[in-house]
Amino acid sequence: MNWKQLVLGTATVTLLAACASTKPATVATASNTGAASSQNAAPVDTGNSGMTSMKADPLHDPNSPLAKRSVYFAFDSSAISGTDKPTVEAHAGYLKEHGDNKVIIQGNTDARGSREYNLALGQRRAESVKSALEVLGVKENQVEAVSLGKEKPKATGTTEADYAENRRADILYNGE
Amino acid sequence: MPRIRTLFKALLMLVFCAAAVQAETTVEIVGGGANKHAIAVVPFKDENSRVREALTPVIRNDLTLSGVFRMVDGSSLANVPVEPVDIRYPLWQAAGAQSIAIGKVEPAADGQVKISFRLMDVAQKKQLTSGEFTVSPDRSREVAHTIADMIYQAITGQRGIFNTRVVYVLKTGSSYQLQVGLISDVDSNRAQTILRSREPIISPSWSPNGRYLAYVSFESKKPVVWVQDLATGQRRAVANFKGSNSAPAWSPDGNKLAVVLTTTGNSQIYLVNAAGGAARRISYSDGIDTEPAFSPDGSQLYFVSDRTGSPQIYRMPVSGGDAQRVTWEGNYNVSPRVSPDGRSLTFIRREAGRFRVMVKDIATGDTRALSESGYNERPSFAPNNGMVLYASDAGGKSVLYAATSDGSNRVKLAVINGDVQDPSWGPFNNP
Repeated sequence: MNWKQLVLGTATVTLLAACASTKPATVATASNTGAASSQNAAPVDTGNSGMTSMKADPLHDPNSPLAKRSVYFAFDSSAISGTDKPTVEAHAGYLKEHGDNKVIIQGNTDARGSREYNLALGQRRAESVKSALEVLGVKENQVEAVSLGKEKPKATGTTEADYAENRRADILYNGE
Repeated sequence: MPRIRTLFKALLMLVFCAAAVQAETTVEIVGGGANKHAIAVVPFKDENSRVREALTPVIRNDLTLSGVFRMVDGSSLANVPVEPVDIRYPLWQAAGAQSIAIGKVEPAADGQVKISFRLMDVAQKKQLTSGEFTVSPDRSREVAHTIADMIYQAITGQRGIFNTRVVYVLKTGSSYQLQVGLISDVDSNRAQTILRSREPIISPSWSPNGRYLAYVSFESKKPVVWVQDLATGQRRAVANFKGSNSAPAWSPDGNKLAVVLTTTGNSQIYLVNAAGGAARRISYSDGIDTEPAFSPDGSQLYFVSDRTGSPQIYRMPVSGGDAQRVTWEGNYNVSPRVSPDGRSLTFIRREAGRFRVMVKDIATGDTRALSESGYNERPSFAPNNGMVLYASDAGGKSVLYAATSDGSNRVKLAVINGDVQDPSWGPFNNP
């Protein structure tokens, strides 16, 4: 059963919704966020404070296409594949319905080559998801595309499967 | 061919040694000794009793690190000269020494010591340089670096680099430390940590006066460019625009930083004031433009662009104008840095899966490789142009290497617990 995940998930969203009303998601000021997002590039485990209220939200329904937060890319490519199109479309639909919600897209690359050039390649992937969302009607100010380059690999091995896992852009809703 | 074989043997040695040695400056040499200056550094009188740390092991270590010197061991010669008159020149000449350094430590007033040394030419029997330092006994290591600088300058005519600093990121597990240390003291005990973070830090860059470091920190879930005052530890975000902010490079006058921003949807180069503020775009392409590096006169900017498909190095006037392609060989040339004399460019070229450190003569176009092994990153020149510092993957661990700019010699600098990333050699200025 996945109810635990579901509860944690909805709790997170409620928390985020609460934050969103006070803070208009300015990712700008660089304060030390420390422990919140250390190793795990997987986006959905931020919430940890004691939340009680719950309400159903498709964003964290494991059966919803919105549960998918990652878009994968081929080597040296920033083109969104047919497989990941439904994911992007689902998030576009959600963001259009929730105009005050914002996302940050984090682009990633595999571990080969210059850190800064990889940062730019990861940016290109994030921008590719961002413009796909915008083409589908999401407002420009709802989306920020950034890159983690090769600095936060989800897979740390050196097989082709590891590299493929890291050629990825993650969609994080505000505060995640 | 013999040189290649020696090199290979030495490389093997490196692999074997890597596991055993820890947290101590280990100068390991890769490369022949054919055209090195042979010097004997005789133990200084009373250096083991009157100062905190004996000087001559430090001096030998420094000179060896430079790749220009070969140590002559005179311990079997039955001649431990303290003054020039003590030197039995024929013995040292027979041992192959071209020069000989001698010295002593004497008590001085107020608990201080007087450290004096002389460098003599063995064939000519004449003094090349000398020095006297009255210091507290716990400063012997600093004096040793200064003596090494003086010897280096007397022999090569170039300024020594043993008192200059390097910066690098030390990654241990999921912790990142920005560390600064003397090139000659690089190890985990003597380097100073100036920033600690649970999130990545990359691309540290020295201000020309050596007072500030610019770097990229991911502490706010995205790359932001910071400038930190080394003396006070105070820091501020100087480029924190929507999107990614990265690749800081100081202009030679220290007033501006070239940075890479993504506000238009692709990575382009901008100028910001070192104090922060608005950004002015200076590169215009449909591709990625990144890794800016100023020419020493401040007029040109070298950078990486994939505007023609693969990443290549270009140059453009800082004041604006067309970019000119600089690298034509290979399909992956990145991380350019110009030598302080403006004559050479160092960069990384990917070749058959290897990432090699290259040095290109800007005027003639002659290009040579400084590194052999698989993965190398972010080369930068010593302030005297004579060496190139870079990080290299040695047995699954990233360590610091320094190679002479002519490619004749390569030294593994230190084994530190953790991975050493994105090094950069600082300026002469050492406030």
